Amino acid sequence: MAFTFAAFCYMLALLLTAALIFFAIWHIIAFDELKTDYKNPIDQCNTLNPTVDRVKKIKRVRLALKLVLPEYLIHVFFCVMFLCATEWLTLGLNMPLLAYHIWRYMSRPVMSGPGLYDPTTIMNADILAYCQKEGWCKLAFYLLSFFYYLYGMIYVLVSS
Amino acid sequence: MSTQGYANPNSAGNNYSMNSSQNGGGAAATAAPAAPAAPCQNGPGQTYPAMYPASSYYSSALPAAYPTVAGHNAPPAGKTPVSSTGYSGNYYQNSSGPSPCPAPPRTHQYSTSNAPVQSFQQTAPYAMPAGYYRQTYSHPSQGQPQPQPQQLQPSLVPASSGNNLNAPLYPIVSYPSAPGSSQYGTLRSSQTAAEQLPVSTGMPLTQSSLQQYSQGIGTTPTPAHLGYGAPPLSQTATVNGQSNAVQQHYNQNLHNPMSHHYAAAPPISQSPDKERPPSGTPGTSVHSSPRHHPGGDSSSTTTGSASPVPNSYESVEGGGYSDLAAPPTSVPAKQAPPFGYNYPTMHPAYQQNPAPRPDSSPSHGGYNPPGYQPYSQPFPSLSELSSALGGLGGVSELEAETLRPVNLLQERNILPPKHAPPPEPNLSNDLRKVNCSPDTFRCTLTNIPQTQALLNKARLPLGLLLHPFRDLTQLPVITSNTIVRCRSCRTYINPFVSFLDQRRWKCNLCYRVNDVPDEFMYNPVTRSYGEPHKRPEVQNSTVEFIASSDYMLRPPQPAVYLFVLDVSHNAVESGYLNVFCQSLLDNLEKLPGDTRTRIGFVTFDSTVHFYNLQEGLSQPQMLLVSDIDDVFIPTHDNLLVNLKESKELVKDLLNALPGMFTHTRETQSALGPALQAAYKLMCPTGGRVSVFQTQLPTLGAGLLQSREDPNLRSSTKNVQHLGPATDFYKKLALDCSGQQIGVDLFLLSSQYSDLASLACVSKYSAGSVFYYPSFHHVHNTAQSQKFQKDLQRYLTRKIGFEAVMRIRCTKGLSIHTFHGNFFVRSTDLLSLANVNPDSGFAVQMSIEESLADTSLACFQAALLYTSSKGKRRIRVHTLCLPVVSQLSEVFAGADIQAITCLLANMAIDRSISSSLSDARDALVNAVVDCLTAYRANGSNIQPSGLITPAALRLFPLYVLALLKQKALRTGTSTRLDERVFSMCELKSQPLLQIMRMAHPDLYRIDNMTEQAALHLNDSVIPQPPLLQLTAEKLTREGAFLMDCGSVMFLWVGKCCNETFIRDVLGYPNYASLPSNMTEIPELQTMYSERTRAFISWLLESRTFHPAFHVIKDDTSAKTSFFQHLVEDRTESAFSYYEFLLHIQQQMSK
Repeated sequence: MAFTFAAFCYMLALLLTAALIFFAIWHIIAFDELKTDYKNPIDQCNTLNPTVDRVKKIKRVRLALKLVLPEYLIHVFFCVMFLCATEWLTLGLNMPLLAYHIWRYMSRPVMSGPGLYDPTTIMNADILAYCQKEGWCKLAFYLLSFFYYLYGMIYVLVSS
Repeated sequence: MSTQGYANPNSAGNNYSMNSSQNGGGAAATAAPAAPAAPCQNGPGQTYPAMYPASSYYSSALPAAYPTVAGHNAPPAGKTPVSSTGYSGNYYQNSSGPSPCPAPPRTHQYSTSNAPVQSFQQTAPYAMPAGYYRQTYSHPSQGQPQPQPQQLQPSLVPASSGNNLNAPLYPIVSYPSAPGSSQYGTLRSSQTAAEQLPVSTGMPLTQSSLQQYSQGIGTTPTPAHLGYGAPPLSQTATVNGQSNAVQQHYNQNLHNPMSHHYAAAPPISQSPDKERPPSGTPGTSVHSSPRHHPGGDSSSTTTGSASPVPNSYESVEGGGYSDLAAPPTSVPAKQAPPFGYNYPTMHPAYQQNPAPRPDSSPSHGGYNPPGYQPYSQPFPSLSELSSALGGLGGVSELEAETLRPVNLLQERNILPPKHAPPPEPNLSNDLRKVNCSPDTFRCTLTNIPQTQALLNKARLPLGLLLHPFRDLTQLPVITSNTIVRCRSCRTYINPFVSFLDQRRWKCNLCYRVNDVPDEFMYNPVTRSYGEPHKRPEVQNSTVEFIASSDYMLRPPQPAVYLFVLDVSHNAVESGYLNVFCQSLLDNLEKLPGDTRTRIGFVTFDSTVHFYNLQEGLSQPQMLLVSDIDDVFIPTHDNLLVNLKESKELVKDLLNALPGMFTHTRETQSALGPALQAAYKLMCPTGGRVSVFQTQLPTLGAGLLQSREDPNLRSSTKNVQHLGPATDFYKKLALDCSGQQIGVDLFLLSSQYSDLASLACVSKYSAGSVFYYPSFHHVHNTAQSQKFQKDLQRYLTRKIGFEAVMRIRCTKGLSIHTFHGNFFVRSTDLLSLANVNPDSGFAVQMSIEESLADTSLACFQAALLYTSSKGKRRIRVHTLCLPVVSQLSEVFAGADIQAITCLLANMAIDRSISSSLSDARDALVNAVVDCLTAYRANGSNIQPSGLITPAALRLFPLYVLALLKQKALRTGTSTRLDERVFSMCELKSQPLLQIMRMAHPDLYRIDNMTEQAALHLNDSVIPQPPLLQLTAEKLTREGAFLMDCGSVMFLWVGKCCNETFIRDVLGYPNYASLPSNMTEIPELQTMYSERTRAFISWLLESRTFHPAFHVIKDDTSAKTSFFQHLVEDRTESAFSYYEFLLHIQQQMSK
């Protein structure tokens, strides 16, 4: 039993996935709020899209909320980690989501800043429904992968 | 007295009784899901006082009032589920408590002073119901000496006469009287005898049950009170008690009245005798029947095969109020015996109610022949028809016609010779009469399918086409302290709500039962008290309220106009400045506004120029800002000035402006910075920014590159660059929208200017886009004239500031997508910085829950805006449509024009988000799917040919026309800007305009006769038949007028008869006609007058003046005419027949 790089990767992924689960839940809540009229779509898109923030004080809070890019980056980050640790199976499992993220970001609406969501189209029922579904699917995926990483971590720790 | 008139109608009573348990339950059910969302505002105790404590009532609306429109979002008050017992408890409490009745003196005053006006009664709209009810109740009290009714009669009159006197105040409130009266007159005589008996027997029971219900009332009313209730206090009690009494009857013989009047299901019809209590009830049932009828009619047609109980229930729910809501056409009140009146009301409904039942129940014996005959006659043919159409339950004759199968491949002439009116929803006459005008509010399916599954089966889009701020000639404007709205869904009270009794109404969208505020009891039209159902709000489906301060976030803004003008070399060259300045000078006085109106000017080339117009300056000062990277406002005051105070300076500026830049060499255009400056200037107030741009913006923020490749203009492959190149304009528009600034864009350019990007600035700030390709004041006079006329209209048209529009619909329906120029702020709320009378909106709907438990679906659009006079106003439109369960009925109710417009909107969204070819495929598929669905439904129709129901026979034609629109066509050379502009128009124009654009009207006008001509005032307007859009219909001997909405062509054939050319066009012969004629001269010949009368009649219905082109057959301009002949084949597109074959082929796949 040794603490290998792979085990480290799994532990890191475990923690980060927990964060991603939080992100996904937040994402779902955000769109639900939008659907039930509690928020103005401009505000919503501003919180969802990472825009350059002018207000220093609440910058931290805002940053925590601007989840789209952080989520993608985190995911890319531990995919790279798994690549380095040569955990092919885990990497393979993550590839579809990685591809989806890349596709999603490529096909985003015309926008000068980073971000995915366009306040003028987000209220469109199809897009709203799609975003909500996306949130739920991701939540499920992250939950499953959370347990998979847990298993993977223990397995690596035990086997080596 | 008025109370009494109302009380008996107790349609309220019926409703109440039928639904009382259900109401309670329903209310609880509806309220429950929403309850967690909002804090409970009113406990049940608070809900029921007759009058809302003003503060608490408003407080609910206040916090949310403005930002979320009209406080629609306000926490639904009274969320607490109210049980039915709670209701009834409160209800009785109410009736026994301090009565909210009119003060006796007032009543008296009217009754005495107006007594002489009795003669008015005959024509007075409201006289009838009043008289009717009076008499109804006089019968129960027949034991009383006859003179008494006579004596009391005057007390009834005021309601009607008062109304009569006041009618002019509310023009729409008056009702036509002609047709009804004679009919009623004849019917009455045969009725009276038959009805006498039940009535007299009915009395005791009424009274007994009355006593039973009015336990809480101190004084038990005597029979005399029952009818006339001289002392108001006890009268109310009586009234309430009475409605309860009636209610009681209904509980007993719930389906009775229904069964024999509507004859929906045989089982019921046999039951009356068993169900009916031995005595008394017949009287009640008869008496109630008219009230049930309208709703019953619609419900029985729509749910013909439904089980008996729901059927009758629905009819009560749907129809309970209708008699109240819309008093029948006036009938001599004095003469009409009470029950003679009943049947006639039913009669029209009968005729259109197809569910026929030959064996009538006993009470039918009294039914008079004239009513009966037409009723029984259509039966066999209808039933045959309906069975032929695949077992439709109850299809009316009208529906049968719209369902008549048409083989498109064989029927060549499908175009009606005249504009067919939009299909009428299959509602009872009363509802139809008060329903919203189809010009304002239209639904693609006039029969709403019950479930999403049914809608999917029909493969037709469900949606609304709205023109909410249309210029109206008649609009009841209501000033009142309390605007009555549903407490849970915030729906405005409308003609389709049901009054359960005098004190409560039931929302037609969420079914919550609400109190009628005290103020609402007073009817300003009749100046009488206790007639909430006769208030103008409840009589008109389009009303306007003057809103109180609860509907404001800030004090209403003044009208502020800012003009942002391009003065670069290119702009000066085109000469638009002259036209603009002249137009503005001419219309300066007519700009909508009041004394606070402010105006400002910004011009730009490579720099941005501001104009200081402060009062007292000798001449306007120009301030130049050359720092376009970070544009700033040089001085904060005096750039936007009060129009009244600085009028002279404004005029000076407008006179000087065209000359100021004549020698400019600046070719750059810094539109982006100019817009930013405009935004900063307007920020504090909001208002309208009109931008005039003549080229691609080349400097500063928002600069654009040319994206169009001229070689790809006619490619059949995908068209690129339909979306914006940058989001600068969109972001700016959103900022503007947030600050209540609307941006209107005038693009006058000869080269590519990337309208796709520029238009965003108007699209999301609820502005409008105008495009004048290759505008030049000398070389293109037609365009120049059009610009001038458009400006004239643009500057003087009505405008609403800081507006929001919310669309509500019956529970179960939900809004899917909006189309038009606006910013969507929440699922049902549009934010419109400016609203103008020329823009239309489309809304896609979906059905989330089954509508099986309702027979009517309602839609309400409420537009809250600040008028140019600084008044906050709410314009409310309500549309009511029947719900159907049969697929064939859905097809029968399809409104093909509305469907086409909605599809066009959807296709444009698709072409931007996906690709043009996708959008085109989707359009073709829409037709294919729909026709396939129809074929699958009508299984016994011969499979050969392309069969459509008659209602949809124009569907393929219109879709083909859409495919050949500039916006969606491929293969024909189309400039990108023109394509994008066409898309903008399709998305933001009202329905009629879109239809003219897509499928222009073609008339032959060289041989117009006075046959079938329209006589308006003293002018004769010939009505040539509409021609199909194919060259086959053109002849060289003729002259043809094509009306494409924003442009009109007069095509003159080579051998056109010379009289026409001479008399109408003013030239001796064809050869001498110039090739660029743009108007018809005013000649004093009969021909000319007739032609001009016809053209001006065509122009009447639109607000913008179309460009006019006279086209000779041999000029190159004729392509612009021929491209609109959509039925013909072009090198890249199908002809109509080919298109049909293509569809058929697709269907057989």
